[in-house]
Amino acid sequence: MTTFALPIPKRPTHPTGILNWITTIDHKKIGVLYGVTAFILFLTGGIEALLIRMQLAAPGMDFVSPEIYNQLFTMHGTTMIFLAIMPMGAAFFNYLIPLQIGARDVAFPRLNAFSYWTFLAGAIMLKSSWFLGGAPNAGWFGYAPITEIAYNPGHGIDFWILSLQVLGIASLAAAFNFIVTIINLRAPGMTLMRLPVFTWMTLITSILLVLAFPVITVALIELMFDRFYGMNFFNPVRGGNPVLWQHLFWVFGHPEVYILILPAMGLVSEIIPTFSKKPLFGYPVVIFSGIVIGFMGWMVWSHHMFTVGLGAVANSIFAITTMLIAVPTGVKIFNWIATMWKGSIDFNKTAMLYSIGFIFLFIIGGLSGVMHSSAASDAQQQDTYFIVAHIHYVLFGGAIMALLAGVYFYFPKITGKLMDESLGKINFWLTFIGMNLTFFPMHFSGMDGMPRRIYTYTSEMGWDLWNLISTFGVFIMGAGILIFVLNIVYSYLRGKESGNDPWDARTIEWAIPSPTPEYNFKKIPLIHSVDAFWEFKRNGTPIEPASGASENSEDEKNIHLPQPSYWPMVVSIGIMLAAYGMIFGLPISILGTIIGFIGVYAWSLEPVNEPEQH
Amino acid sequence: MNCKKIFNKFLSKNPFVLFILLIVSLFTSISCVSTNPQSTFDTYGPVAQSQLVLFYWILAAAIFVFTAMTIILIYTVYKFRRKSGDLIPEQIHGNTKLEIAWTIVPCIILAIIAVPTIFTIFDNTNSPDTSSNSVTVDVYAHQWFWEFKYDDPNNETEKITVANEMHIPVGKVININLYSDDVIHSFWVPKLAGKVDLMPGNNNKMWLQADKEGEYLGQCAEFCGVAHALMKFRVIAESQENYDKWLSDQSKEAIVSIEPQALEGKEIFESREAGCWSCHTIRGSARSKGKTGPDLTHIGSRSHIAAGVVENTQQNMAKWIENPNSIKPGTLMATNGQVYTDPDKKLTGPEVSALVAYLRTLK
Repeated sequence: MTTFALPIPKRPTHPTGILNWITTIDHKKIGVLYGVTAFILFLTGGIEALLIRMQLAAPGMDFVSPEIYNQLFTMHGTTMIFLAIMPMGAAFFNYLIPLQIGARDVAFPRLNAFSYWTFLAGAIMLKSSWFLGGAPNAGWFGYAPITEIAYNPGHGIDFWILSLQVLGIASLAAAFNFIVTIINLRAPGMTLMRLPVFTWMTLITSILLVLAFPVITVALIELMFDRFYGMNFFNPVRGGNPVLWQHLFWVFGHPEVYILILPAMGLVSEIIPTFSKKPLFGYPVVIFSGIVIGFMGWMVWSHHMFTVGLGAVANSIFAITTMLIAVPTGVKIFNWIATMWKGSIDFNKTAMLYSIGFIFLFIIGGLSGVMHSSAASDAQQQDTYFIVAHIHYVLFGGAIMALLAGVYFYFPKITGKLMDESLGKINFWLTFIGMNLTFFPMHFSGMDGMPRRIYTYTSEMGWDLWNLISTFGVFIMGAGILIFVLNIVYSYLRGKESGNDPWDARTIEWAIPSPTPEYNFKKIPLIHSVDAFWEFKRNGTPIEPASGASENSEDEKNIHLPQPSYWPMVVSIGIMLAAYGMIFGLPISILGTIIGFIGVYAWSLEPVNEPEQH
Repeated sequence: MNCKKIFNKFLSKNPFVLFILLIVSLFTSISCVSTNPQSTFDTYGPVAQSQLVLFYWILAAAIFVFTAMTIILIYTVYKFRRKSGDLIPEQIHGNTKLEIAWTIVPCIILAIIAVPTIFTIFDNTNSPDTSSNSVTVDVYAHQWFWEFKYDDPNNETEKITVANEMHIPVGKVININLYSDDVIHSFWVPKLAGKVDLMPGNNNKMWLQADKEGEYLGQCAEFCGVAHALMKFRVIAESQENYDKWLSDQSKEAIVSIEPQALEGKEIFESREAGCWSCHTIRGSARSKGKTGPDLTHIGSRSHIAAGVVENTQQNMAKWIENPNSIKPGTLMATNGQVYTDPDKKLTGPEVSALVAYLRTLK
């Protein structure tokens, strides 16, 4: 009997050039793709921020119109959170997790490629709104009913709703992939309590993603139904309720904050011990506090809604839970400092400078967070520049500083070259000083009564000086980031050879050659302790091949690796077209859906290239 | 003394510490003196006052923690910086007692701020006086102006509606009901009380009190669209007599002027072509009963127009009527008013002057 089957092209063998990149399922290449894409998007978000600051440089500026201004701050927030910090974290997940747990790749390599391409599809879709009739203009929080068709008839909000759903697919796929990878693909002997802290934080982040994204997806779909099909989820006139949106958004939104910061904390927990030549102080406590943060992150969402009128009891409860979350966060900071205590701290390395800068700035951001956990006092701070200062201390001073530290730290692993430390120091100090100049004055302007999201103000309000300093600071910060770009390019082309272990590091990813070979570990190692590589170097505990691992081979040509595939990208293109079709007409959606199904079909049934060697 | 030595050594060698001390002292000093129009440090009522006291309390705790942690951080980095000839440091993996200590100490500090927080939350949510001695004002927020409705002292079933300027008697509890019929707004007069949102479909309550006569600036604090930045208002706290007089003036129907230009303006206002009446109410006029725009019955008595954005002068009023977008970009008057959307119905210069003359008589 012959079975009917559509002919599916064979998987590409040893593709080169661009085809190599678009068919790759190598977690390292996908990590690099994530990192480069996210950084470019970070720059676009930065340009949006620069334009915002130009408009606010002085009272009564007419640099951009209010309509454009509203689009700028919406896009800045959405870009930085969904298109910059999250995927930068994902870049590190991709590159590092298999290396840190001693695996050949992630559990589902093609799904991993699909995550990246779908993320890119969502990013293109959101950013293309600038050129297709106007960007979303209701803030990254998109509070209904200002996002409803009655108050927002253009397509901007549609782009926002649809692209966030596309990005949600990407995040969910990636999160499942990393949970399975970390649970199942650990090298023999790598028990959970021997995992590097970054891997632990990735695991927690991925679990948060899996639980949080469905919540915003529900909200987005309800809003989509309101806008596209005339439903009334958030329309009070017909019995809908805008408070529902806020609950759904922040039940997602607050864990999202930890999704952004936990990977950063993980990176810092790798860097500080390395440059102090000491193990992480209180390893189990740092991990446990990460779990507690992840758990308690679900109990604090209404602190974004202290002025919504939920009542004194609700506000009190959420004030208390919010204050409590400061405890595990503080514990982490104390443990980092204790790690450095009595160590041999090399703060001449940019990665370490950034990590120390991270701790300092995160203390400020954390404390201002505690300040508005007090609901009564927050009534004066909510929706003012004081909050803007807080989130930027946490997300720029916290997440971005740590991610930049991670880039300096892992650049040699990825390229085999060192980043230039002199440029690195200039980069750090400009960014650090610029960051403080920009965001610290916002505490003052906020307490002085300057609300967020206003495109103009008058001189009599007394905010001129603070705003001028903020705008001045942005340019210094921007110069710092430009130096970073310069450093990346320069070091990639001309950087010094780093060798395998430039930092005298502690975890097993540094035991293998840099740049990492395609197969990662020639032999899957057997792990005896936390900081296995350090134990090997200092105490001679060998990292021997795990016995009985059949995949180990003396000949690297015999190592089984997942093969490249065309189809993940095809499915992503299908999803993107389906989403665009919601705005530009049903035929495009149908075309996208067909392409998507073809992709899934071919993905499922595509053959594996022969010959297979054993 | 040893401690002082280390500290001196730091200050001379580490500009970083100086920088931090500078910032801390800057923050405390600047924040205490700001009397800007919307400063939350310059309070004139019990609600804002209690919020400020609480803020200072938390700020003190935060500065304490910040200073302590920063000094520890810098001391650690400085003291244990890598020196040539450093040996591999002892590999310390943790210390249970320390972990317990730095879990408990933050809890204690948090308890210190949590208790007054909860008392203040309840105090500020529940009005201390709902008797007839207090005043009740219904606030309606619109894209992008404010409406305040008072009980009519002469007629129980009627409400007196005013726009963008809220008069209150000094020293009395003002109970405020908050409503919105379009998007979310937030009612915020920093010198009198922290903000409470106006949620469509979910009416909120708040209370405030002004202890001193004066004019207090307020502003919408929740993003509400194009003209969000220009959605301001004023709270005018005055003596009971002045307030009573004001309320009684506002309760009256609009003055009918006999001045010819004003009469002409009234005619234009109520004409089919101009259509002003379809959005604005002028009590006493048979035609002008529109509800979409602000009530203009006593617009001449207000100090500002266009939701507190510009002063109520003849020039500004003319500019506003001629091209509202020039004062408040995005205003719905320009989007929906037929004299602005239909070039054939555009107001002529004399028509604008007549309208201004009419509106200015509405004291």
